Amino acid sequence: MSDVNTAMVQKYRNDFLKEVEENVEEGHWVKMCMQCGVCSGSCPFGPDWDHPPQEIFMMIRAGKRDEVLTTESMWMCTSCYNCIVRCPRELPITHIMHGLANYAHRLGIAPKMNPTRRFSKIFWNNIAKTGRVNELALSLKLYFMDGFMSGIKNALAMAGVGIGMLKTKRLNPFALINHKGVKNPKELHVLLKKAREIEDRRKGIAR
Amino acid sequence: MAKKEYSFYPGCSSERKASASNYMVSVDAMCKKLDIKLNEIPDWNCCSASIGYAEGGELPRHVMNARNIALSEQHSPGQDIVATCAACWLGAKETADRLDASEQLLADTKEVLKEAGLDIHLKNETPIRHMVEVLIEDIGYEGIKEPMVKSLEGIKFAGYVGCQTNRPFGVDGESFENPVYLDKMVETVGGEAITDYEKKVTCCGGALAFSEPKKSQKQIKDIIEAAYDQGADMIVTPCPVCQMNVEVYQDQINKHYGTKFHIPVTYYSQLLTVAYGGSAKEAGLDGNIVRAKQLEEIAAK
Repeated sequence: MSDVNTAMVQKYRNDFLKEVEENVEEGHWVKMCMQCGVCSGSCPFGPDWDHPPQEIFMMIRAGKRDEVLTTESMWMCTSCYNCIVRCPRELPITHIMHGLANYAHRLGIAPKMNPTRRFSKIFWNNIAKTGRVNELALSLKLYFMDGFMSGIKNALAMAGVGIGMLKTKRLNPFALINHKGVKNPKELHVLLKKAREIEDRRKGIAR
Repeated sequence: MAKKEYSFYPGCSSERKASASNYMVSVDAMCKKLDIKLNEIPDWNCCSASIGYAEGGELPRHVMNARNIALSEQHSPGQDIVATCAACWLGAKETADRLDASEQLLADTKEVLKEAGLDIHLKNETPIRHMVEVLIEDIGYEGIKEPMVKSLEGIKFAGYVGCQTNRPFGVDGESFENPVYLDKMVETVGGEAITDYEKKVTCCGGALAFSEPKKSQKQIKDIIEAAYDQGADMIVTPCPVCQMNVEVYQDQINKHYGTKFHIPVTYYSQLLTVAYGGSAKEAGLDGNIVRAKQLEEIAAK
């Protein structure tokens, strides 16, 4: 994936704004940010962002490519949409943050150990497999993502929650065996593969 | 013939033995009393939620939703699509909006769907709506009151609207910062609504309750604390993610912050079902981990 990153650096040279406009979801809005900071002040995880959205927008325009794409900041987005409804210029900030995170992830330069990046990947693979969320598999995969021992520890810490869900019949204990998704998952796989191919072609990230 | 009929997108969490299965139970009972017929989209798939973005990207995410819309257009032509889950509603509606705004995206989506013998038309023929919109806009507060046989008098509710049932689309043209529909719904069935519940639209962390539990639980703590401060007996919400996050982590929050939280978190549909004379089971109250005893008592009367 770093090859793709190098290719992008060479293609856009010093024009990171153009790179974002052409490759990031809703990236063409970035230049419209007027630096008021309402988004940063509205974010529920605001204090946890190294660079809040307002800063990210300015950094893009200042060409700070590495700093933007390798930061954990965008991965703090909870998709609460506060920033979108409050932005005086109506920038789709949530989507731009998702788009930047996705782009960094696809280039292979997003922070490897960021838990939300890893969870997002686990989630997508979970739903893409059968077409519907397998909640048991999703939780187990998350708890065990750092190996067996820490997985046991995480699972024990979460045991209370799990037992509550089981007792109220809100968790299927046999979902690893009998989880039901769409009728023809293979057909769904074909759709998603094709969608990815087209997207990669459009964004110049052919593999 | 039913009074109202919709194409229905239940979503993953509503399934049997899934995290919001009790929400679905109460929605079924509520709709029966209101004479609303829900035609489930056959073979629907996940909306990919908001958290799917890192690996899902743009087009694959939209294809997931477009497949559902296409199936709905085919199976229940001309009917509005109704979702009970905030994420499902948001995901499907967002995709419809995006495809409507971009010829390129629509053409790409059509090309992909062709592989499964499907097509999508859009043209606004199938508006995508949340169940609370159906209640407020189509049934109306008067209509919501009609099947009522019991009052929820004596119970004080903190109406927790949360994020995605509110932003970015909004419900019934209400304010993003201070929506009042949930309070009005509570009052319609005789409950007491805490209209100045200040955390009503605060984010619970959403999917990040999984990946960033400490940060999310800080949010959840504030949401519950404000409800207690206002003297709430229970919290009511329209969102399955809000419901789960605010309910299931109470023990962990108590351990970490030394609080003594033990407050039920219910769905609006559970309130209406009880007010309509439904049993605790029909209202899915046996699915609440922190039991809503006051509602159970009214249901048993």
